[in-house]
Amino acid sequence: MAGLLGIILQRLLLGIATLFAVSIIIFVAVNALPGDFAQSILGQGATPEAVEAIRNQLGLNESPPTRYFKWLLGAVQGDLGIPMSQALFQSFTGSSTGGDVVTVFDQIIPRLKNTMFLAGVSAAISVPLAVTLGILTALYRNTAFDKAMNVSTLSAISSPEFFLAYILILFLAVLNPVFPSLSNIFPGMEFSDRLNKTMLPALTLTLAVTAQMMRMTRAAIINLLASPYIEMARLKGLSPMRVIVKHALPNALAPIITVVALNLAYLVTGVVVVEVVFVYPGIGQLFVDSVKIRDIPVVQACCLIFAAVYILLNLTADVLSIISNPRLRHPK
Amino acid sequence: MNALVWILGGLLVILAIAWVFRFAAQKATDNKPYFRDMPLSVAFGYVFAAAALLLSIWYFFQPKAVDGVPSAGVIFFRWAVIGLLGFAAAAWVFRTVFRNVGSENSKKLFRSMPLTAAFGVMIIIIYAIVSIFAGLIAPYGQEEILGAANVVAGGDPAIGGNPEYPLGTDQIGRDILSRLIYGAQNTVGIAFVTTCLAFFLGGTLGFLAAVLGGWLDQLLSRMVDALMAIPSLIFSLLLMTIATAWAGSEAWLVTIYMIFIIAVIDSTRVFRLSRAVGQSIVVMDYIEAAKLRGEGMGYLIFREILPNALAPLLAEFGLRFCFVFLTIASLSFLGVGIQPPKADWGTMVRDLSPFINYASFAPNAAVTPLLAAGAIALLTVAVNFVVDWMLHKSSGLKE
Repeated sequence: MAGLLGIILQRLLLGIATLFAVSIIIFVAVNALPGDFAQSILGQGATPEAVEAIRNQLGLNESPPTRYFKWLLGAVQGDLGIPMSQALFQSFTGSSTGGDVVTVFDQIIPRLKNTMFLAGVSAAISVPLAVTLGILTALYRNTAFDKAMNVSTLSAISSPEFFLAYILILFLAVLNPVFPSLSNIFPGMEFSDRLNKTMLPALTLTLAVTAQMMRMTRAAIINLLASPYIEMARLKGLSPMRVIVKHALPNALAPIITVVALNLAYLVTGVVVVEVVFVYPGIGQLFVDSVKIRDIPVVQACCLIFAAVYILLNLTADVLSIISNPRLRHPK
Repeated sequence: MNALVWILGGLLVILAIAWVFRFAAQKATDNKPYFRDMPLSVAFGYVFAAAALLLSIWYFFQPKAVDGVPSAGVIFFRWAVIGLLGFAAAAWVFRTVFRNVGSENSKKLFRSMPLTAAFGVMIIIIYAIVSIFAGLIAPYGQEEILGAANVVAGGDPAIGGNPEYPLGTDQIGRDILSRLIYGAQNTVGIAFVTTCLAFFLGGTLGFLAAVLGGWLDQLLSRMVDALMAIPSLIFSLLLMTIATAWAGSEAWLVTIYMIFIIAVIDSTRVFRLSRAVGQSIVVMDYIEAAKLRGEGMGYLIFREILPNALAPLLAEFGLRFCFVFLTIASLSFLGVGIQPPKADWGTMVRDLSPFINYASFAPNAAVTPLLAAGAIALLTVAVNFVVDWMLHKSSGLKE
């Protein structure tokens, strides 16, 4: 067991190192912005004093490494700075010490929760669906059912999310008003109402990720069907369903778990387009809006959060596959 | 809730019919093994498929309009079915023609091809022709603002169409058909250039890392690891923020920057693959022989490694192209990709998307955003079909 813990610890350290590297990349990228940060906030007609004030407020007069470590330390403690829109407001009113400042952290947290809710709902639909369909297609492989599923999943994987989203809007919101096409979620909503409004984006994401997971499940099971112990089970006269569920599935679990975790990572980061289509108030929407108005602190913070979630889920996939497959614990 | 009860009831009825069907078949065929051993689930599948087919046929022949009000559901369903069958038929004809025309090798290739792959090849050829000759095919210019705005698709004057603009015009009066055709040139062309660039970058560096090894390999690999830890769409959005700031008011510069940004991000994936493939080739004897002959690095990479790594790289090229294409479409859809007034499918979907709300009373108006999105989906689906077939063929999977 100590070996297992050691491996997990090692992966965790690797993940932290990666996150550190990612934060450097993000910082360097943002600092490649042309011109003066403060100047671009205030526009061309700014007085030198105002520019200087903003520079001081944002700490732009310090050297890049100092700023980087300040940002990183802040980020670790949950202080991600102040959105530029807020900074602009303060410099005009001159109340930079004023009380009610909405920090980036305050802006992101409720939206991150919304995004997690959306990802959670889609995962709750897509994971059982994908595994069931994967088992069924492996069971009835090379039949008309399998081929039809193959074509439709391949089409679903390769279609852009907004295409799937608009098709769903067309059929489930406009032609048959089952679910609302706008997801105006707000705090304090009832759960059922919230679920109803999250349904269409969740279904879109489900379509996008189910296919991948299903194909992997099918491939993982079929890969095993040639092994001798499956042959043995078949010769014993077990039913095909029993052979697959009892004998093949447990051994196919490692690749399935990996692909599920990877797709969850995709869910959390791939929500951007879907959130924009449905005007869902999640972190993806915030990110795109900030990109458009170049609100750098928010963009930086969103990027860091997305990367952290992505790395964390990849790490989980890694660790889970090691746990579920003892062979990986003792590399030759 | 009511609909849910109906669906559940329907499934139960189908289950009952399935049991009856199996029972009847067992009696009728004198307990043939096929029906004797048939699980109920398989019988359910058959009856379900038959029921779905019957329902679709019944729905297909419903009247298009009731009391002058168009029943949009029926119309969309007909379009979908006709489109699907039309494409399948076209792919079948295409495959049949090329099974009989062409060189011996190409005939052989088409004989072993499944219909989906034939469909893919056909669509790719059509897209290539349209994007190369866009200027000749398109009836109007892509930025040309014509007399009438918001003309409905279909060319029927009774519902606000105009035969001069078969697919209608957009909010400021540009011909949608022309913009779709030019979109093929812009979107597909840019995606193709980007993918080529990504392969050039990633492939060269990957092979170099494989051949040289040592600290260069370590350095490049760790850099790629770090870059790949950021989700690609998020990273490209971040970099596009900076790119738009750099470009200022020059819209075409944004496109150039976008090509480089996406190429660099995607080259990391190519690097991984070509390094792995390269490493397995580098240990071969013929590489050793070439090294002993005193061949240079360029010769090693381009004349010895590249030809042997071509098959996996080609399949990867198809998949990468899809990713790049979808990334560009998504960026444009989000408003930071290819800049107007250039016609581009992602931007068109976003601009035309409000029309979708008219679907229930004006189906022809609602179809335009779906056409642009469908044009994107069609190409990626086609490429994926071809790649799937290629991988299946090269892996020799039989089961």
